[in-house]
Amino acid sequence: MLSYIVRRILLMIPVVLFISMIVFFIIQLPPGDFISTYAAKMTTGGEIMDEAAMQLMREAYGLDQPWYFQYMKWMWGIVTEGDFGYSLAFNRPVGDIIGQYMALTLIVSLVSMLFTYVFSIPTGIYSAVKQYSFGDYLITAIGFLGMATPNFLMAIILMYLSYVYVGDPMLGMFSPEFVDQAWSYARFIDFLKHMIIPVIVIGTASTCDLIRVMRGQMLEEMEKPYMLTARAKGLSEAKIIMKYPVRAAMNPIVSTLGWSLTSIFTGSTITAIVLNLPTQGPVMYNALLSQDMYLAGTWLLFMAVCIVLGTLISDILLVWLDPRIRMQRKGM
Amino acid sequence: MVEAAATAEQQAHPLLRVEDLNIHLPSDGGLLKAVSGVSFQISKGKTLGIVGESGCGKSITGKTLLGIQPKHAVTSGSIHLDNVDIAKLKRNGKEIRAIRGSKIAMIFQEPMTAFSPLYTIGNQIMESILLHRTKNKQEAKLMAIDILRRVGISNPEKRFTQYPHEFSGGMMQRAMIAMALSCEPEVLIADEPTTALDVTIQAQVLELMKQLQQEFGMAIIFITHDLGIVAEMCDEVAVMYLGKVVEQAPVREIFHNPKHPYTRGLLRSIPMIGSRKERLDSIEGTVPIPINRPPMCGFYERCKVRIAGVCDKQEVPEVQLTEDHSVRCFLHGGQDEGGEQS
Amino acid sequence: MKTMFGDFNRWTQLFRPKKQQETYYAASHWRLMIRKLMKHKLAKASLIVIGLMYFIALFGNFIAPQGLDKYDSVYLNSKPTLIRFVDTDGKFHFRPFVYGMKSDRDPVTLRKLFVVDTTVKYPVKFFVKGEEYKLLGLIPSTTHLFGVEEPGRLFLFGTDGMGRDLFSRIVLGSQVSLTIPLVGVGISFILGLVIGGISGYFGGMIDSVIQRLIEIIRSFPTLPLWMALSAAIPPRVPIVQMFLYITIIMAFIEWTGLARVVRSKFISLRNEDYVMAAKISGVKDSKIILVHLIPGFLSYLVVTMTLAIPSMIIGETAMSFLGLGIRSPAASWGVLLQEAQQIENVALYPWKLIPLGFVVVTVLAFNFLGDGLRDAADPYK
Repeated sequence: MLSYIVRRILLMIPVVLFISMIVFFIIQLPPGDFISTYAAKMTTGGEIMDEAAMQLMREAYGLDQPWYFQYMKWMWGIVTEGDFGYSLAFNRPVGDIIGQYMALTLIVSLVSMLFTYVFSIPTGIYSAVKQYSFGDYLITAIGFLGMATPNFLMAIILMYLSYVYVGDPMLGMFSPEFVDQAWSYARFIDFLKHMIIPVIVIGTASTCDLIRVMRGQMLEEMEKPYMLTARAKGLSEAKIIMKYPVRAAMNPIVSTLGWSLTSIFTGSTITAIVLNLPTQGPVMYNALLSQDMYLAGTWLLFMAVCIVLGTLISDILLVWLDPRIRMQRKGM
Repeated sequence: MVEAAATAEQQAHPLLRVEDLNIHLPSDGGLLKAVSGVSFQISKGKTLGIVGESGCGKSITGKTLLGIQPKHAVTSGSIHLDNVDIAKLKRNGKEIRAIRGSKIAMIFQEPMTAFSPLYTIGNQIMESILLHRTKNKQEAKLMAIDILRRVGISNPEKRFTQYPHEFSGGMMQRAMIAMALSCEPEVLIADEPTTALDVTIQAQVLELMKQLQQEFGMAIIFITHDLGIVAEMCDEVAVMYLGKVVEQAPVREIFHNPKHPYTRGLLRSIPMIGSRKERLDSIEGTVPIPINRPPMCGFYERCKVRIAGVCDKQEVPEVQLTEDHSVRCFLHGGQDEGGEQS
Repeated sequence: MKTMFGDFNRWTQLFRPKKQQETYYAASHWRLMIRKLMKHKLAKASLIVIGLMYFIALFGNFIAPQGLDKYDSVYLNSKPTLIRFVDTDGKFHFRPFVYGMKSDRDPVTLRKLFVVDTTVKYPVKFFVKGEEYKLLGLIPSTTHLFGVEEPGRLFLFGTDGMGRDLFSRIVLGSQVSLTIPLVGVGISFILGLVIGGISGYFGGMIDSVIQRLIEIIRSFPTLPLWMALSAAIPPRVPIVQMFLYITIIMAFIEWTGLARVVRSKFISLRNEDYVMAAKISGVKDSKIILVHLIPGFLSYLVVTMTLAIPSMIIGETAMSFLGLGIRSPAASWGVLLQEAQQIENVALYPWKLIPLGFVVVTVLAFNFLGDGLRDAADPYK
C-alpha cells in the first residue's frame, strides 16, 4: 500500500511539470502582455506611455524574453524558493495573494461539500429504497432541474428571491457594516447568512449529481443476489440496506471525495464572480483579463495540481475501501 | 410394509405443508401466472425434489416459502410450518424474520454472488447466528467456526477472516451451506445448489448435504433441473411444468413408472450408460410464456400424445393414481371432472 | 435416399427465414434502438422539444419579428406585450391584437415605465413585411412570421436595456447557442474516434503515450481552462472565427471522454472471436475497424455524445455570460443573460431571465434524450 502511494506520487511529478508548461503556454497566448493592457488603461486615464517606457518596464519584469525562457525562470523560482512570481496588477508576490484568498475559498468549498454529502447520500438512499414513489419522482425531478440550471444563473435567481423577500441580495461575504469589524457573534451570524446562497448554489449541481449516482448505485446493488441471502437469514430490511447496498454504494461515492472537492473548488469560480465573493474566483478572472500572467498561471497550475491530488486521494480511498482491490495491491 | 406405514404416519404430521399455492406476477403484457395451484408436503429428514426446466416456477416457489419472493408478486394459498401459515405473515415482518434462517434456511445457486464481497465470510455467517442463537459475539464466532469445520472447510479459523474472493467456487458453496445450517434449520431449501459447480465438486457437495441431513435431521427441498441429482438425493419428486405440478410421486415411481408425457420426455433425454441409442430424445419446442393463457394443458403444444379438442379446451385436474402418485394428464382420467370445471 | 432427403429438408429449414422471429431478433440494432427509444415517453418528448428548438434556430430570421440589432430607443426595458383576444369592453376578437404603449413616469420613483394605451389596437398579423434577411442564409426575403403594423409594437418577451426585442434575440441567439455544442461535439467525436481508436486498436507504446496525454488534459480544471483559453481570443476577431475558436475550446476537453469510451470498447471488441477471425483471414486493419469494430459501439458513442452536449451548452452560456465567449454584435443565450448580471436589472425587469428558461429546457431535453438513448442502446435487455 505504502509503495503504491509513493509510486503514484512519483508519477505525479512529470505530469504536473507537463501541465505547468501547458498552463504557461496558454497564459501567454493572448496577443500583447500586461504592459500593453496597462498602457491602454493609462491612455483611457489620460496619461500616455511611450514605447520606450513600455520597453523599459518589459525589461524590468523580464517580459521581453521568449515565453519558454520566462517559463524556466518561473519554474526555477517555484522549485528553489517557492516563489510563484510577482503580480503586476497587485504589486505583490503571487504567493501572498493566493494565501490571502485561499482560506475563504477553502471554507466556502468545504462547507459546500459538507452540505453536498450530508444532503445527497440520505436522499439518494431514500430515493432508491422508495423507487417509483412520489418522493422518488419529486427528488428525481428536482435533481434534473438542479443539474440543468447553470450554477451562476441559479445564483442570480436566489439573489433575486432574497432581494424580493428579504430585501437584501446577500452579496459578498459580509454585510457592509461588518466588513471591517473583528469577529463577533453578530458578525458570525451575518457570515452564516451570507454563506447560505453560495453554499446552495455551489453545492446544488454536485448534490443533484451525487443523488443520482447514489440512487443508481443503490438500485444496482439492491438487485444483487446477496440481498436475497441476507433476507433469507432473517435480517430486517433496514439493517440489510444499511449493511449491504449502502456500504457498497458508498464506495464509488467516497472514492470520488478528493475529486469532488476539487470540482467544487474550481466550479465555484463563476458563482463567486456573480456573487462577488472575496474568494479566488473574481481575483483570477481579473488576472486573466488583465494578463497578469504569473497570478493567472499560478492559479491555473494550482487548480490542476489540486485535481491531480484529488484523483490520487480518490484512488487511495478506493484501494482502501474495497477488499478485492486491496488484495491485488498488497503485492505491489 | 412397515416402511410404508411409517411414511403414512409421517405424512399425517408433515413438517411443511404447502396447499394450493399461487404466485402471480403482474407485468407489462398482463398477469404472469408463475405458479398456480401447487401443493406438496415434506416430513422431517426427507428430501423433496422439485424438478423442471428453467422458467417453470420452481425457483420462485422456493423463495416464496421464505417470503422472499419479488415485492410485486401476488401470492395466495397456504404454507404451513408447525401450524403457522407463512403465506399469511406480513412481508418482512417480525414473525417471518424469526422463521427465516432459523427454521427455514436457503442455499442459492450462485455461491459467488450470494455473498457480499465487502464483508468477510465469518462476518456473514455470524450474522444469522447473532440473530437467532446468541447475542454474544465471541460465542457466535466459535459457533461459526465450528459449522465451517463441519462442512469440511479446512483451517476454518483462517477462513473465517477471509473475503469471498479468496474462496474457490466449491469452497464458497460449502460456506453457503454452513451459513444455511448455522442455526440448525428444520427445512433447508436448496435452489440448484450445484449447478454453478464443476462435476467433481458437485459430487462432493451432494455427498456433504446427504451426510449433514443425517446429522441434523432436517427436511430438504431440492430444486433442480438435473434428474441425475434427483435420483441420488430425493425421496419424493414433484415435476413442475409452466407453474404447475404435473406429476408427483416417490422417486422410484417417477423413474420406473412415469405417467405424464412431460416426465417421460425428461427421462428419455437423460443419457444412459450402456444404452445403444444414437440420438438422445429431446422435447421439441420451448416453454410457452404463461401470460393470458386460455385454460388448457400447459404441455399441449409440445405433447406427442395430446388429444385435440380435449387437452386444449380445459384445465387439467389432478388425478390421484395411487396413494402417493398423482398426475395432471387426461390420458390418466379426469376428463369428466374436467368437463364440469370448464 | 430417405436419409438424404431428410438431410436436405434440414438444410432448407436452416435457410428458410422465420417470419415471426425476424420481427424481434433479426431487426437491425438501430431499428430496435429507435423502437425502444420511442417507448421512453420522456425521451420522446425531449426529442420533439429539441427538434422544435432546432427548427426555430433554422428558420430564426423568419420567425423573429426583428433583426438582431434593431433597437428602439423609445422602448428601453419595455415589459412583454400581452397578446389579447378580449378587449377592455369584454368583446371577443377572433384575430388577436395588442394595445399600444404609452411612456410614463412612476410618480414615486420617477422611473420611466410603460403603460398600456387601451385607446389604440393593433391586430396581430401573420406573414408581414419587415426587415430584409436571407432565409437559410440564401434566399433573400422580407416576410416575417408575425408582427403588428407601425407604430404598434409587439415585444413577446419584452425588450432589453437598448430597446431590442428579446424574443427576436432569443430566436436568433439560439442559432449560436444550439450550433456550438453540435459542432463542438462533432469535433470531439472525430478526435475521440481517431485518437481513441488508434490507442485501443494498436495498444502498446502508442496507447500508453495517448493515455498519459488524456490524463494530463483531463487534470485541467474545465471551467478555468475554458476561461483562460477564451481570454486568449483576440478582442476583435470576425464573428465566424470567434465562433470557431469557442467551439474548438469546448471540444478540447470533451474529446478525451469520447476517446476513453472508444478505446475501452476497442479493447473489449478486439478480443472478440469475429474480429480475430477477420484478422486471420487477412482483412486489412482499416476494414476491420470500419466494418467490424465501429458499428459495434456506435450506439454507445451516440449516447456519450448526447450526454456531452448539455455541459457544452452550459459552458458556452457561462463563458458568454462572463463576456469571455461570444461577444456582441453576435448573440447567444449567454450574451442575452449578461444584463441579468446586475441584480437591479433582474429585480426591475424579471423578463430578462427568460433566456435562462431556454437554456434549462434545452439542457434538460438533451439529458433526458441521453438517458433514453442509454436505456435504448441495449435493446435486447
